[in-house]
Amino acid sequence: MKGKGCAVCAGADIDTDLVIAGRYLRTKDHKVWVAHVFEDLDPSLASRLDGAVIVAGKNFGCGSSREQAAIAIRESGVVAVVAPSFARIFFRNAINIGLPLIECDITCHEGSPVTFDLTEGWVETGGVKYPTRPLSKRMQEILAAGGLVNYWRTHG
Amino acid sequence: MSTLSERILQGTAGEYVDRKVNRAYVHDGTGVLTLEAWKSMGARGIRDATDLHVIFDHIVPANNSTTATLQHELRDFACGSFFRFSDIGGGICHQLMSEGVVMPNEIVVGADSHTCTLGAFGAFATGVGATDMAAIWMTGETWFRVPESIGIHLSGTFTGAAEAKDLALTYVSRLGMDGASYQSLEFIGDGTGVIPMDDRLTLCNLAVETGAKTGMFYADEITVHYLAATGQRVQKQEPEPCTYAREIGFDLADIIPVIAVPPRVDTVKPVSDLVGLPLDQVFAGTCTNGRYSDLARFARIVKGRKVAVRTIVVPASRAVLEKAIETGVLTDIVRAGCSIGTPGCGPCLGSHMGVLGEGEVCLSTANRNFRNRMGVGGEIYLSSVATAAASALEGEITEPEVT
Repeated sequence: MKGKGCAVCAGADIDTDLVIAGRYLRTKDHKVWVAHVFEDLDPSLASRLDGAVIVAGKNFGCGSSREQAAIAIRESGVVAVVAPSFARIFFRNAINIGLPLIECDITCHEGSPVTFDLTEGWVETGGVKYPTRPLSKRMQEILAAGGLVNYWRTHG
Repeated sequence: MSTLSERILQGTAGEYVDRKVNRAYVHDGTGVLTLEAWKSMGARGIRDATDLHVIFDHIVPANNSTTATLQHELRDFACGSFFRFSDIGGGICHQLMSEGVVMPNEIVVGADSHTCTLGAFGAFATGVGATDMAAIWMTGETWFRVPESIGIHLSGTFTGAAEAKDLALTYVSRLGMDGASYQSLEFIGDGTGVIPMDDRLTLCNLAVETGAKTGMFYADEITVHYLAATGQRVQKQEPEPCTYAREIGFDLADIIPVIAVPPRVDTVKPVSDLVGLPLDQVFAGTCTNGRYSDLARFARIVKGRKVAVRTIVVPASRAVLEKAIETGVLTDIVRAGCSIGTPGCGPCLGSHMGVLGEGEVCLSTANRNFRNRMGVGGEIYLSSVATAAASALEGEITEPEVT
């Protein structure tokens, strides 16, 4: 699975409350989450997410299990998130809804192109090619299906 | 030889395994999305071999008609299916599962990050998201990466005004917000033998704040006795020598009252460093510290006096509330001027019943102090029950007295 986008840099330990605040959760309307994504972190971020690769610091997605965080990021047009590490519930959620995550510690250049190949296991930006930590076989299958819902539609 | 996680998941650290889930639960927050995902998967049935629960605790009672409509749909679904359903006022999902439901050696999955609380029973209990849970409803199983474990050796006994929450915040500070990512915490050593079940639940509750998959105690005499009181007969788990990824130790006698300073749970300072900080609200409750022993400790401190700041106390469950009524603990709390909330999560997640205003400061017994969590522009300091009660009486951060 290949992809590319423009880097949007973000910090370390970004919790899912900061991705989408609790006050916006009581709806099934995904547009509400897109409208308020990262609002409490940096209200200017939302307008830069379409076609972006978020390059974050360690422990991205820590805190609450709210899957709305991963959905809000994906539906804002984010192509992938790159971080040295992810909180484990967010990790599962993102793969389950078809948002590629790349475990890798890379230098972020705001707005610069980021290209990646999950199958071959690399990400490239700023002229540097980094090897990435591979996803498990199961996670690759889920991601290739476009998420766990589609995975189960085609399995069993 | 295996860690407790390896023993229950029947695998070796690092290995991916598919395992049947003994119990699975959602709440009104995550249940709505789970139901949507389950329908999208084709609504192909519910695997009733798993003990399934739907528990309303996050916004109880509903705060507006949008929430009420979402809850109405989930309630109708849960009542017409294989689920055990707990409506508003029953209590917090983790608490209800701790009242004689979860047993040692079980695999328990909840659609809430603080599911790790139930590792206190020697179960493997961890949080997942809504889509994972939908697949568990359908198949009764899920995949796990068997975690490496960090051994947390406890020795001695608490002294002074220190309590389990102070140890919890201290270990979060020591490990950091991602210090145990993808790993589990196993509490071991002689010190565990003096820690009652309520406090074990508090200690396991904070595990996820270090990134851990779960926190665990071996089931021992205390576990057996606690569950016997709920009518459940279980066996002890005997620890065996095993390899931990890392080991850290705490002498309980060294633990002092501490506070986590916003906006990070791992920024922890002695209460003495923060004495005099003015408060706008005190909140006692949640899956961390809303159990009967917590309310009783709170009541002992405020009994016969008046709080100096608005104070919200929310019992973790109906059983906790009933016992607090029967013993007079609730009367002491109400007479001290506190407001009582419906058993549930209360204002912890900033949705209702105690949301903070811009610039307001809250001292809370909960587990998260993230930016804006309890209201835009509000700040959350996290403490023990004793520190919260002592501070409520003064209207500012106050060191708890040694009782």
